Amino acid sequence: MRRLTLIVLLAQLWLCRASLCEERYQKVVIDDPFIELHTGPGRGYPVFYIAERGEQISLLKEKTEWYKVQIERGKQGWVHRDQLKTTLNLDGEPFNVPGLDFADYAKRRWESGILYGSFGGADGISAYGSYNVTPNLATELWLTQVLGPFSDATVANVNIVHIMFPEWRVTPFFTLGAGAIHTKPKATLVSTVDRTDSLAHVGFGVRTYLTRRFIFRAEYKTYVVFTSRNDNEEIREWKAGLSFFF
Amino acid sequence: MESRFVLLLLTQAVVLAGLTGCGRHQLAKTEDTSQPPVIEPDVQRRDVKVAKIDTENWEVGFSAGELSIEDFGVNTVAGLRFAYHISENFFLEGAGGRSTAGKTSFETLSGAAELLTDSERQYTYYNVSFGYNILPGEAFIGKNHAWNTATYLIGGVGETTFAGDNRFTVNFGMGIRLIPLDWLAVHADVRDHIFDIDLLGVQKRTHNLELGVGLTFFF
Repeated sequence: MRRLTLIVLLAQLWLCRASLCEERYQKVVIDDPFIELHTGPGRGYPVFYIAERGEQISLLKEKTEWYKVQIERGKQGWVHRDQLKTTLNLDGEPFNVPGLDFADYAKRRWESGILYGSFGGADGISAYGSYNVTPNLATELWLTQVLGPFSDATVANVNIVHIMFPEWRVTPFFTLGAGAIHTKPKATLVSTVDRTDSLAHVGFGVRTYLTRRFIFRAEYKTYVVFTSRNDNEEIREWKAGLSFFF
Repeated sequence: MESRFVLLLLTQAVVLAGLTGCGRHQLAKTEDTSQPPVIEPDVQRRDVKVAKIDTENWEVGFSAGELSIEDFGVNTVAGLRFAYHISENFFLEGAGGRSTAGKTSFETLSGAAELLTDSERQYTYYNVSFGYNILPGEAFIGKNHAWNTATYLIGGVGETTFAGDNRFTVNFGMGIRLIPLDWLAVHADVRDHIFDIDLLGVQKRTHNLELGVGLTFFF
């Protein structure tokens, strides 16, 4: 008898746990005539099941624009974000599918990105981090690795960026900054030494909000390197790449 | 005749009285609603909380394979990879790897002459690439099992440190990603790493082919 009580208790506990588990997931009610369940998170994966209007579905996880859902009968499949836009909360209100959009982009504070281009004729790979002080004004920290046929260089600089029209999807911007360049000649060249010089730059560019957290960015900068020789060196740089905000 | 006139007047009086009475009744009614109702409506707003949905757009893992370093033989390579899936079509990948170059035919034949020191033989690379899932689909294993797959094209830029110098490197290739579980993927890919080298006196473009398999986890 005691064993039976124990089993019943354990079963109840397990049921409780299972029901708690279910509560972890967001539940929505389908409002489209039907939604299609794919076997994977992509349009290339076949539709294997249809869930009808009025059915409750749990949202298990998200991969890019696809949501893994579980319907009441226990089947699991992937549904595109667009089909979830017409679902309802359990109290009948339209469900807001979580996700980032242009409004979040306008409110962004931190941003980072990777760009590639030409640095005075050599290949340059750059990474940056940025903080938006105001919607118009941002400060940036850049690190560029330059790989040329005769020498390599590492450039670090700090920028101030003025974004002309922060409320537009495509906007020009201007940049001004200073930093340092460390140049290292190739090992195959003889009798050369590493050197570090300071530099300053002006530049302009354009940025475009793409989707979710992504921004396309292209820019042109003119550097003046303050060398220890008689003449200052001028370097032109252009680059383009992808940024994301968080 | 006179009685009919009196009747008309009386009717008018009754109608007027009725109207004013009606008005008073209306007035009384509005006054009533300002009073506290006898039964308080007990409506509780449901607090709608949106549960956090787990996202799995990041992929991290390792790979191992063979790298053919031009002039320096085929060598084992091991690497790490990170990827971020922007959409179902596009992803960004950052990868790094390390290998040790073997000997050139010249070094093997001559016996003693060494072109590079041991530390210069270390071949390390990193790259940032952009990928496109060109063929999403399924692979069938037996009669009852289907795995999701994606064949992708990938290309990018990066740096290779080899023979004492850093070299700008372009890479491109293609691969297949098998996804047996939502959070697990098995990769097999072919990548060409292209860079210029002037180690043997003249600048030349080298193609270094990498053949690798990898295991990655989505989170």
